[in-house]
Amino acid sequence: MRHGAFLALALAALLASIAGARGPARVDDAAVLAGMVKNLSDYGFFADGARQVPGAGVAPYALNTPLWSDGAEKLRFVYLPEGTQLIADGDGLLQFPVGSAIIKTFGFGEGEGRRLIETRLLLHRADGWVALPYRWNADQTDATLALAGGRMDLLTPAGETISYAIPNKNQCKTCHSKDGEVIPIGPKARNLSGEWLGQMAQAGLLDQMPDGADSLPDWSTHATGSAAPLARAYLDVNCAHCHQPGGGASNSGLDLRWEQDDPHALGILKRPVAAGRGAGGHDFSVLPGQPDTSILLYRMNSAEPGIAMPELGKSTVDREGVAVVRRWIAEMQQ
Amino acid sequence: MIKPALVAALLASAAPVLAETHMIASGEGAQERLQEALILAEPGDEIVLEAGRYILTDGLSLDVDGVTLRGAGPAQSILDFTTQQGAGEGLLVTSDNVTLRDFALENPKGDGIKSKGADNIIYHRIRVTWTGGPKAENGAYGIYPVESTGVLVSHSDVSGASDAGIYVGQSSKITVRNSVATDNVAGIEIENSRDAIVTQNYVSRNTGGILVFDLPGLPVMGGGNVLVTNNLVAGNNTPNFAPPGNIVAGVPRGTGIMVMANERVWIEGNVVYDNPTAPFMVIAYTQEYEDARYNPYPREVVIAGNVVDDGASDPDLPGGEMLLAAFGGMLPPVIGDGLNDPKGAAPLFVDAGLAGWSLNLQRQGQALAEAQPGPLNVPAPGAAWSLDGIGAPPELEARLK
Repeated sequence: MRHGAFLALALAALLASIAGARGPARVDDAAVLAGMVKNLSDYGFFADGARQVPGAGVAPYALNTPLWSDGAEKLRFVYLPEGTQLIADGDGLLQFPVGSAIIKTFGFGEGEGRRLIETRLLLHRADGWVALPYRWNADQTDATLALAGGRMDLLTPAGETISYAIPNKNQCKTCHSKDGEVIPIGPKARNLSGEWLGQMAQAGLLDQMPDGADSLPDWSTHATGSAAPLARAYLDVNCAHCHQPGGGASNSGLDLRWEQDDPHALGILKRPVAAGRGAGGHDFSVLPGQPDTSILLYRMNSAEPGIAMPELGKSTVDREGVAVVRRWIAEMQQ
Repeated sequence: MIKPALVAALLASAAPVLAETHMIASGEGAQERLQEALILAEPGDEIVLEAGRYILTDGLSLDVDGVTLRGAGPAQSILDFTTQQGAGEGLLVTSDNVTLRDFALENPKGDGIKSKGADNIIYHRIRVTWTGGPKAENGAYGIYPVESTGVLVSHSDVSGASDAGIYVGQSSKITVRNSVATDNVAGIEIENSRDAIVTQNYVSRNTGGILVFDLPGLPVMGGGNVLVTNNLVAGNNTPNFAPPGNIVAGVPRGTGIMVMANERVWIEGNVVYDNPTAPFMVIAYTQEYEDARYNPYPREVVIAGNVVDDGASDPDLPGGEMLLAAFGGMLPPVIGDGLNDPKGAAPLFVDAGLAGWSLNLQRQGQALAEAQPGPLNVPAPGAAWSLDGIGAPPELEARLK
């Protein structure tokens, strides 16, 4: 789901707030830079947390192809301290100044029935990024730090009842880690709209339009769009944070990054290494033309711990993602 | 004159923050309490698992250097993952200089304890058990250090793993000793690793006992400098229950000590008994591959001074009965495949008194069914190599004292 209109409005509000005098809902920069405050509201990222209305200096954004999390609605924001900006780095991750934050809220349910579940923060500090999970209270008035994570039962948009897992602080790092350092995953220029990047650049919040921006396909075209770019974008966004050199699953030798073009690294005719029963009796990660005997699809198509991929942040199968990857493997030359 | 109290105060302020001990008990909220302690620990801290059964629904993780996680003993402090709902392993360690000791994991849904990029790690008196015995639904690895330098596994016990009980992958400076591996597909496996010692272990009732493998297509390859000594490798005759598709699914039931690819593996002083396919098997990588960096052949594998029974009487090999008939009812104890690195060292050296047979394959990747069995004719072992730098660094052994 994209929120183009909402984003444009919110961004306009943001730019106005930055251009003019800052409102009273200033972000507490000290809280971003050190410590672990108990309440999400203590940071001051939101003018209205329950409605997810961003405060001054906080800009909403969306991704062309988002990470799937049991169908959760995700509200994404970046916070930039006054007088700072993002630095473009090709089609890759935007470089964030120290003191900035990336904010992602997970909600389930439509309209008035929407319940906020958790808000995950990535805080950029002098000694690197820190990832912290906050869990929303039953009254939806605030979220509190949940270092050890937690579970709660809820109903997904697909109508499945799940025990939803809020990750603990270490699990944040399981995905957000490369070569032992915590890093952001989402805001890569290739997965951000040209419109958003352009507005940010125009407002002085981004140093320049990055080369290769906006190159990942728009996931809303998943049903009919060309399979290969959609599948490769999906694997890049959903899998490659672990499955890349230096990532959490580097020892598998599988590298699912968008820029990878070696077929073996992408799993094509690659035998499993440590898949265990996750191999499902199949010989290759990806067997061209044969989605049903490809380990990669088998694991995407499972919700069973020990088989299911991704290992974290998933309790149900993403039918749309499976369909696209199935199409990609089926169309592959045998 | 400086007053003693002031001196004490000065000394105290100059001393480093003292390491703390955090006691954790089983019962309500154990998942959150234990995970929070693992997150908030400071380097040098010890987290103590009091005796009890900890019912856990999610994998645990530790990412702080220098932490000790200690239980009251592998029969006393039990992390029970029977109702685990998420994560790929029971416990994930991603920090250096960690000591794990005196506790157990039962029925993790994926792997037991995985330590990745976790240098200088100790597993001591750790038990990982899938309590239902050998089953394909069990997790893959029990003790699973990978991409690490400095690994010591001692006095540990793994059973039921659907891949390898104790598996060390893509690592170096490794010692696996005084441990028990039973009812796994592979008891102990050293894969794509260097400078490893596997010694004084009891390895029984697995499909294959001790495996030393090097596989293509991985970030770390070039396994070698492995010492397999003084192990009891007996009665490894459990039908292979690995999920198909995994490399160990191809290990024949009844394999004692098996080397695939690798350079310099010294196998000495082991008691190898009642492994009815092959007490010893030394072969090239069996499948096709595309990886220019990879050497599929065994080089300089030495089998010397082991105590071995007469051979294998119930081989899990294609044409097994014909083979038995051809060799007079008993296969000689060593299997080779007749392949060797055309540009490298000889593949295999075996004591003159120990008989063997060769598959006499013509090329790497050839199907076993095309073997043309015949007697094995390889040279006797030469002088022992220098073992300097092989095994876990001395500071790991010192940390246990």
